[in-house]
This record gives sequence, structure tokens and C-alpha cells, in this order.
Amino acid sequence: MLYLDANATEPLRPAAREAALAAMELTGNPSSAHRAGRVARRVLESAREAVATRFEASPAAVVFTSGGTEANALAIQGLGTGRRVLVGATEHPAVTAAAPAAERLPVRRDGTVELDALEAALREGAPALVCLMAANNETGVLHPLGEVAALCRAAGAILHVDAVQAAGRVPVALSASGADSLAVSGHKLGGPKGAGALLLRPGLHPAAIIRGGGQERGRRGGTEPLPAIAGLAAGLGEATPEAAAKLAVLRDALEAACVRAGALVAGFGAPRLPNTTCLILPGVPAETQVIALDLAGVAVSAGAACSSGKVARSHVLEAMGYGKESGCAIRVSLPWNAPDDAAEQFAVAWSAMRARLSRAAA
Amino acid sequence: MSRSNRPIYLDNHATTPLDPRVLTAMRPWWEENFANPGSAEHAMGRAAEAAVEEARSHVAELIGAQPNEIILTSGATESNNLAIKGAARFAAAGGTERRRVITLATEHKCVLESVRDLAAEGFEPVMLPVRPDGLLDLDQFNAALTVAPTLLVSVMAVNNEIGVIQDLAAIGELAKRHGAIFHTDAAQAAGRVPIDVEDIRADLLSLSSHKLYGPKGVGALYVRRRPRVRLAPLFSGGGQERGLRSGTLPTPLIVGFGEACRVAVIENLLDSGRIAGQRDRFLTALQAEVPGLEINASREHRVAGNLSIIFPGGVTAQAVMEGAPQVCVSTGSACSSAEIEPSHVLRALGLPEGRARATLRVGIGRFTSPAEVDLAAAALGAAWRRAVASLDSARADTATAAERG
Repeated sequence: MLYLDANATEPLRPAAREAALAAMELTGNPSSAHRAGRVARRVLESAREAVATRFEASPAAVVFTSGGTEANALAIQGLGTGRRVLVGATEHPAVTAAAPAAERLPVRRDGTVELDALEAALREGAPALVCLMAANNETGVLHPLGEVAALCRAAGAILHVDAVQAAGRVPVALSASGADSLAVSGHKLGGPKGAGALLLRPGLHPAAIIRGGGQERGRRGGTEPLPAIAGLAAGLGEATPEAAAKLAVLRDALEAACVRAGALVAGFGAPRLPNTTCLILPGVPAETQVIALDLAGVAVSAGAACSSGKVARSHVLEAMGYGKESGCAIRVSLPWNAPDDAAEQFAVAWSAMRARLSRAAA
Repeated sequence: MSRSNRPIYLDNHATTPLDPRVLTAMRPWWEENFANPGSAEHAMGRAAEAAVEEARSHVAELIGAQPNEIILTSGATESNNLAIKGAARFAAAGGTERRRVITLATEHKCVLESVRDLAAEGFEPVMLPVRPDGLLDLDQFNAALTVAPTLLVSVMAVNNEIGVIQDLAAIGELAKRHGAIFHTDAAQAAGRVPIDVEDIRADLLSLSSHKLYGPKGVGALYVRRRPRVRLAPLFSGGGQERGLRSGTLPTPLIVGFGEACRVAVIENLLDSGRIAGQRDRFLTALQAEVPGLEINASREHRVAGNLSIIFPGGVTAQAVMEGAPQVCVSTGSACSSAEIEPSHVLRALGLPEGRARATLRVGIGRFTSPAEVDLAAAALGAAWRRAVASLDSARADTATAAERG
């Protein structure tokens, strides 16, 4: 199986696996005062420091959660109270669902946010919470966060950044991005599933969604999942933008081969994640494409990997102005350990699929 | 580390060691197939989904439920929050007249805080006291249900500090007779005492993996299908778990949780018999070391591994613990380990502050050996004697100083 669905989940990195297995050996509850508890607490706090250092936040600003969805929800439910919420049109459902009544910020044809529209929206009405993802999960498109942050700062708005896809693949940090809060997910950067983090600018205290027990300074109750957290921190050590940048060579080769064979690439001109391409094959439903590729031993997706079985038109591509083609796009996302010949293997499978399905469609 | 210095873990209410069989079951999902179980588009994702579903059926079996009644969460704290706030918010959105939410003063903090939080949303939280033995007075409960229409009752199956087993069949019966939704936090009960959602008529039941020798970071909420109990999610997103709990399902943790439940189904009785034996051995040994030792709460209605011990002689349990640092025990729930105040559970039993401060919680588990309980009893006994001696010498110093003064 050629696994090219890293944006659904990255393969577990060796360092993350080692750290998680080591933490599994520890019996203690990090909140317990006895020796076993203190050992667990040290592992937890050293993971917190590693995460804080990497994202240029203070350890006290790191709230461990069960994952990216919960981290986004904590930020948006907690920081959105009493504010207008502005949400990018291509955000992940974890963000849009957290603020169902939010105003949508349009994006350009290349998937990047319309800065003029953001500026105009910020000018009117009450102070806002702006939610924009660092990198899109379907297209890999990166928003111009520096400019977004400057606009937000000038307008007194809070900026929450969903960095689930960006963390570990492109440089992203709390202070450097100008964001007020940043959500990350362990398993999207090669850590174990079951842990994520919300990083907060000093002074921001979102009300807890999950209460009780007083863990995470009262911001998130529940015994911390030590193996998943230790694995997140260790995985982060290996997930460097420098290493991820090398995937761009493979991605570009893969993309070029498919474009030559008739594919369109969503978000092509925009800055993108190095590992992601969103390939449109006009006239062929995405579901048909992924089934054909699955049979050929290639794992890709038709969008976000969430509740199973639902393959609909991509809201991301629709927001970018694609019409019927938004039902004909697949996401190819290279994992950190993609084989050297991934581009050739994929191009062969894709071209065979195109030849067969386009003939059938015609 | 020398043998006598090796930590002896007697805090199985805070968390339990991972069962080696659980780790074995988990490893392939870390080492071979890492796929997202939501990735139905490819074979790897579908295999992960199948593993999740198998684990879900093991969880269901442990409590006599159907697999489609199990919502996987990050743990019992989240399950309790989801059950209590979720049921109340859904009912409120539907325009319910019922405003009462009844719970016990001895519940876990996450239940108490969830119930208290509902006051701000227009509900009426009621925290019922318990009897000195830790059990709910059923007449008092019935009276509380009769005062005003009750939306939700939340009563834990087994207390995390004093190990008391509530009469859930009777409580569920009364709750249902009054038309309330019945939730129970079974985090400490599952795998330790038999529990069946039909017998106790539970509508909602919370489970934690790491309290039954599974991994941390996963738990479940049982949500009854017939008649269907409706909840508002705490947060939304990808729509996993039928929209009640969004977020990528952590396959390895879920597989581990499922295996822990499967083992618990098989070994439940074996475990509790062996654990009760270790508890008796420990208590006999400790009583020989510490004359006048007392036990809090009901002895009869109590989970096998639990002891809540009052040390005599005016010492604090903290001092005894500090004198036996190799013995991992606690003064109360792990969550409040850093707190100075005596536990709210012991206060609810009506224990005076001095006795509450002299109370130590012991939780014996599946992997506690006879040698460990012997060593622990000896170490705690010696620590108690030192604590009493240092107290006596401090008193003598004070008396001498007073005489001189």
C-alpha cells in the first residue's frame, strides 16, 4: 500500500513511538503526590516545555487536550464569548462547528483569505475573534498569517490559528505568527493519536469545556494521557519544517506528472504545505477516483477524514470558486516517510485511473 | 534500586498499571497500521475502523450494552461532562420544564463541577448528603425527587476515595419512576464489580480505560438507545461518534481500552477474590502494626481493593506517607493531591477535620503481590510509629518550654 494520506494522519514517528511506549511503562497519575505520580509529572512537564519551546510560548500557556478538534473548540468557545466570530470559508469543520453563527471570510481563487474583506469585516461592529487556519487540510494552502495578524492587532481582534496541518511541516509559532492562540494535534505531526495542545498568549484564559479535577490549571479536567502527550513532544522533535520541505520535490514531481496527464491543481499558485496537492480530474467524481486508487493500492482521500463514508463536494473548493469540479478533487498528502519513488508510483496509478475512468465518463 | 526501596503501588484508584495483554493488543496499531479510522476511502483506514468497532463491542459487553450505545471519549471526566451538560442542554433546548439535577456530595469533582455549572444555565443543582457509611439514604433521595420535577440524577457506582458501592439498582428504579434521566459514573466500578446497564436502568454511564488497566486518554459514555437518550455534544467538528464526540478516534488507545474490557469480563470475579485476599492480608498486617486503626465508611458495600484508613495517635496521613515514601498511596483523589483542605468526600461522611486529616486511601489492584502488601504494611506501620514519636517529643518540648516559661 502506498500511503499518501498524511493529512488524515501521519505515520507514527520512531521517537514518538519510543516515548509513548516508555510512558506506558509508568504507572503513576501525574496528579498524584507520591513517587510514581511525581515521575509521571516530570514526563508531563518536560513534554509541556518541549511543546512550549517549539511554538515559542511559555509552558504555562500550553493546555494539553485530547486532540486538535478539542483544542480548536476550547479556543473558540472560550475566547469567542461576547465577540463577533469571523471564520475563514475554508476552515476545518472543527472550527466552523465551534462557531456555527460565525461570519464567513471569503477566500480568493487560490485559497488564500481575501485580506480586503477581512479588513472591512474588522472595521465594522464589536471586537472580533478571527479564526483562520495556518494551512488548509485539503489543498495545503497557507494563509498570509503575518498580514492577517497585523490587521487583527490593529482592530483589537483576537486571532485563533488552527495549526493542525501546519505544525511540524512549515514554521509556525505563537509569537512569530502574531496569533493569540494556536491549536495543534499530535497525530498530524507523527505523534500518537489522543493528544493535542492549545497554546495561548499570556493573559488569555478560555473557560474550560471539560471541567473537574483541576488539571491543566483548571483549563482542561481529566487525567492527562501521558503516552500520547510524551509521544507528541517527541514526534515534534523529528517533525521539522526543514525535513518536510524535502517532500516538496516529490510533491512537485507527482503534481507535474498528473498535470501533464490532465489534472488541475487547486491552490496551485499559492504558498502551500510541501507535502500536499489537491488534484482535480474534471468529470470524474472524487469517490470513484479514491475507490479506483484504493484498488490499485494507493491510499488517498476525497477530503477530510472524519465521519466515515461521507464523500460530498468539497466546501473548500467551493469557497475557492470551483463549481462542479469541487466534487472531482482528491487530496494527495505525502507522509514524512514517503518512499523516494512515491511520485512515479502515484503518477502511474493516477494515469491508469484517468485513462479508464475518463473513457467510462465519456 | 534495592528491593526495599522499590515503589509499591497501592494507589489503584488514581490510575492502574497497564495490563501487559493490553499493550500487546495496542502495539500493531502503533507499529503496523497507523491509519485514521475515519479514512473510509482506503483499506488501511477501514482496517483501523474495524479494530475500533471490535473494541467498542468489548466495552459494550462489559456493561451489558449494545456497541452502538457506546460513545468513545478521552476519558471518564469528559464522559461525565458530556453526560451531565449534554443531557441538560439538549433537554433545555427542547423546552423541558424539569430543572432539578440531583447528585451526591461524595461524587468526583468533575461531576460536582458539571452539575454546579448547570446553575448558570437555569438548572437547580441538588447535592444530597450521604449517611456516615457513605451510602445514599434512599428515603431522602425519594423525597428529593418528589420536591420538584427532576431532569437528571447522577450517582457514582463506586466512590473513588472510600470505595463505597451505591445501590444503583434501587437508585435507578427511583430515578426512572420519577421520570428522570439516570447517569452513573462507573469509572471506579467497571472491571471491579459486575455492572449491567439493564439491571441498574442506567440511561448514561461513564467509563475510564486507565482505571481498569487500560491506557490513559480514552474512555466511554454509554448512551441508551431504547428509549433513546438525547445529548448535546460538548464540541463538534468532523462528526465522529454520531456527532456526539468529534475528533480523530485514537485507534491504539481504543484497542487497548477494548482489550482491557475484554480481560475484565473474563477476570472480574477472579480479580476481586484475589484482591480481597490481599486487602485482608494488608489490613491484618497493618492492624498488628497500628493498634487502634479504624476504617471509614461501609465495610460491607465496598469495592474489594479499597481501604480508607484512619491512623490513631493524632498524626496526619500526610506525615505517615512522608515516612514511607516507597509506598505509593494517597490522602484522597489524585486530582486534589496538591490541596491542603481535607477531602470533600470525608467531610460528607461527617468526619471531623482531625480524623479526615488522619485518613489514608489505599487501592489494591490486579498486580499487587502478597509480598508488596506485607512490605507496605511494615513500612506504613514504622512510619506511623515515627510520626507518633515525633509528635510526642514535640508535645514534650512544648510542655517543658511551658513549665520553664
